[in-house]
Amino acid sequence: MTLPDGWEMVVGLEVHTELKTNTKMFCGCANAFGAAPNTNVCPICLGLPGSLPVLNVRAVELAMAIGTALHSTISPSTFHRKNYFYPDMPKDFQISQYDLPINAGGHLDLPDGSRVSIERAHLEEDTGKSTHLGGSGRIHGADRSLVDYNRSGVPLVEIVSGPDIRSSAQARTYAAELRGILIATGASDGRMEEGSMRIDANVSVRRSGEPFGTRCEIKNLNSLRSLVRAIDFEAARQVELLEGGGTVRQETRHWDENDGSTSTMRVKEEADDYRYFREPDLVDLVPDQAWQDRVRDGLQPMPAERRATLSQRLDSPTQSVLDALEVVIDLGIDEFVIAALDAGVDADLAFARAANEIAGDLDNVANLSIGSYVATLKMEQSAELSATQAKAVLVEILANGGEPVSIAKGKGYERLASGALGDVVAQLIEENPDEWTRYREGDEKLAQFFIGQVMKLTKGQANGKDVIAELQSRR
Amino acid sequence: MRSVRQTARDVQSGETSALSVLEESLAQIRARNDELNVFLYVDEDGARAAASAVDERIARGEDVGALAGVPVALKDNLCQTNIPTTCSSKILEGWRPPYNATVVDRLLLAGAVPVGKTNLDEFAMGSSTENSAFGPTRNPLDTTRVPGGSSGGSAASVAADMTPLALGSDTGGSIRQPAALCGLIGVKPTYGLVSRYGLIAFASSLDQIGPLTKTVTDAAMALEAIAGHDPLDSTSLPEPSPSLVTHVEDGVAGKRIGVVRELIDGADEEVVAAVERAVAALKDAGATIVELSVPEFRLGLSAYYLIAPAEASSNLARFDGVRYGLRVDAGDVTAMMEATRTAGFGEEVKRRIMLGTYALSAGYYDAYYGQALKVRTLTIEAFGRAYQEADLLIGATTPSVAFEFGSKTADPMAMYLSDVFTIPSNLSGEPAISVPFGTGEAGLPIGVQLLGPGRSEAQLFAGARVLEIADGRP
Repeated sequence: MTLPDGWEMVVGLEVHTELKTNTKMFCGCANAFGAAPNTNVCPICLGLPGSLPVLNVRAVELAMAIGTALHSTISPSTFHRKNYFYPDMPKDFQISQYDLPINAGGHLDLPDGSRVSIERAHLEEDTGKSTHLGGSGRIHGADRSLVDYNRSGVPLVEIVSGPDIRSSAQARTYAAELRGILIATGASDGRMEEGSMRIDANVSVRRSGEPFGTRCEIKNLNSLRSLVRAIDFEAARQVELLEGGGTVRQETRHWDENDGSTSTMRVKEEADDYRYFREPDLVDLVPDQAWQDRVRDGLQPMPAERRATLSQRLDSPTQSVLDALEVVIDLGIDEFVIAALDAGVDADLAFARAANEIAGDLDNVANLSIGSYVATLKMEQSAELSATQAKAVLVEILANGGEPVSIAKGKGYERLASGALGDVVAQLIEENPDEWTRYREGDEKLAQFFIGQVMKLTKGQANGKDVIAELQSRR
Repeated sequence: MRSVRQTARDVQSGETSALSVLEESLAQIRARNDELNVFLYVDEDGARAAASAVDERIARGEDVGALAGVPVALKDNLCQTNIPTTCSSKILEGWRPPYNATVVDRLLLAGAVPVGKTNLDEFAMGSSTENSAFGPTRNPLDTTRVPGGSSGGSAASVAADMTPLALGSDTGGSIRQPAALCGLIGVKPTYGLVSRYGLIAFASSLDQIGPLTKTVTDAAMALEAIAGHDPLDSTSLPEPSPSLVTHVEDGVAGKRIGVVRELIDGADEEVVAAVERAVAALKDAGATIVELSVPEFRLGLSAYYLIAPAEASSNLARFDGVRYGLRVDAGDVTAMMEATRTAGFGEEVKRRIMLGTYALSAGYYDAYYGQALKVRTLTIEAFGRAYQEADLLIGATTPSVAFEFGSKTADPMAMYLSDVFTIPSNLSGEPAISVPFGTGEAGLPIGVQLLGPGRSEAQLFAGARVLEIADGRP
């Protein structure tokens, strides 16, 4: 989407990422998504009277890893209390960082060559999760509210960009690249749908060359698609408002996914005074140089470097390969592709199976060894397995583990003997004379019918393309 | 009643049993609690079980710890598993903690027997125990007078021979002031020496738990048992518990004692006279006396009444009716929180929450809270200079002996002034001890305060012991 001529949008993003620690930020409770409500809780993350926080060192390391990857300065830092009343926040304050964040400054270079500055990337704790019953599903007007404190005290890093983003597409690229970095550092699994990465967008518009306009903050965007849609909607709304002679009011806005619109959550004038002050229950966080060096030395290559490495391997790639390249880099599964390319697998195949089958079951990627991935693709390339069978083998390994040769065998996947396909097709033509006539008369949809029947009879051993060739030869 | 030391000795040697010591304690509580309102909850069954366990371990020949069979009273802002814990506030109605404070675990480990929870000024905010939602505690030495506060119940328990040991918490003097008013030893340890895990916070950067006892040795034994690093408290000092009991008889020969004008000026004449006699006693014991002035101490009270309420306004936010304690239903969640807090908190707590909220607010932070933090830094620096000239400091604990009920409740400032001599040590995080030394009006005890640099508890106990002997308690 483009704004009317003469207008420019100015966007800054605040990305909250949950850190992939085993335990919460200040207690020993499991940091796990999807457990029964209020089962991963203890006196500390419930904020019971008398309980005290103890900082999780692993969370600090992951925050330092993020800062290092974003070229931030890791600094001695302090924790502050951000005070406000909300039922899903058990202490009615959030432990966060204020004037002295652990990571200050930095930048992120995007694949298109643009650079977005990073203001800070600080540590804080997550809140619980409220579910409002009745009414609109928001807290106001709800009949009752349920709170799950499993998420309370989960470690977060909030990464604040400078107001350097100028389009929704660039915002998307920034968020995707940042997600790739978070995955590469091991700090996060980057799953927006589970809320482990959430984005707030600060959007303003201005006429070219003018100073920044008044911004609105859109809260809790949970997918890249929502991010793009919300920014576009909001920028257009502001332009329309200004062109109509109105003014933009500084406020926090809610994104409605179904409506595709933003609406006022709270106006800045009513905004809370958070009464930040130093958290007296924690001591200063001063990572020494040796610790910073250990974190830096432990970092894996970042997406930009891996993208360059992988791109160098490609000779006039197709668009689908280029698309898949972004997926495998973002998700950190490019090592599968590289190993397949090394083993002589065609680029199309090497990328496609990773960007589809592995990306489709990323939770279980640990079940699939690189060797098994390569072996499966080699079997497909040598026609030992059909495409359908190769996909099924990968899906099975991801789900339950195992080794491709024995899985293929167990599923009864064998190469179709030469000439066997012709016999099967002949048999089907005989059994389905009406369908055959319609196909011969030009109803191409019937090809799918015959492919389906062939797959059934051969238990998926046949190749779709081969079936069509066989049908054509008899037409 | 036996001292802590005598009780532990007699129980360890089989001279008596933990259970019979406990029964004496429970009998005394039954005899006087209605009159004095010391205990908000007495855990007779739990205490008997704990005492029996000690006796069984002794019967098996096991080492039961330094506080074997010692009944101990806990200020009701210390969490004990499944025991009602109220902070003397209606807002915690019905709440039973699912865990022990670290000090409770350590007492149990040392063989002590927790008998119940004592009254306090609501959330430890007060100096007379008159701010309790469950009525005031009376001073066992004169029931027309306050026992001091906020650890007034704990002080009264020891003064009334209900238990030989009680734990209190001291944020601005809440152990030392009631100790002085009830004729007891009261210790505010170095910040971080005793874990705060399980102490319901009033002002986290000032709070410390400490013992109230009748003798210096008893206090040293108790502090040894509860002190030392705790991984559950990030502000806990890294070192293990120090040796204290072995230093109680070290004396003060060769020590420089600084007499601080600002810790005496403004006190009643009889209190000033008691401090002077104490100074003379220390000199007689071989100490060198140095006259000092630390003007920064005069600013302490103002700084304290910004820092402590500011932290309290945040610490007490969690009492919102959502998860535990009192809930007063209302139209929506915000109205419920407001109704709950309006009904649940007493007047003094509300006053301090408002004061603290104001001090931290945008536009006022720098002028109030920020300024108070600067005074705190000045206080710490001033202590540092004083400790270059003296090893320990001496002054009064309180301006007067125990006062009568209602005499200061109408004027919060008058009440706040009760803490003027005790607050500097909380601001600096350094230890101080109150020792009874002589009596004043109506034969009521006077407390003298010794102050020392961080981790100087052993020297403080040695100094306190000199005064204890000089005051006729060998």
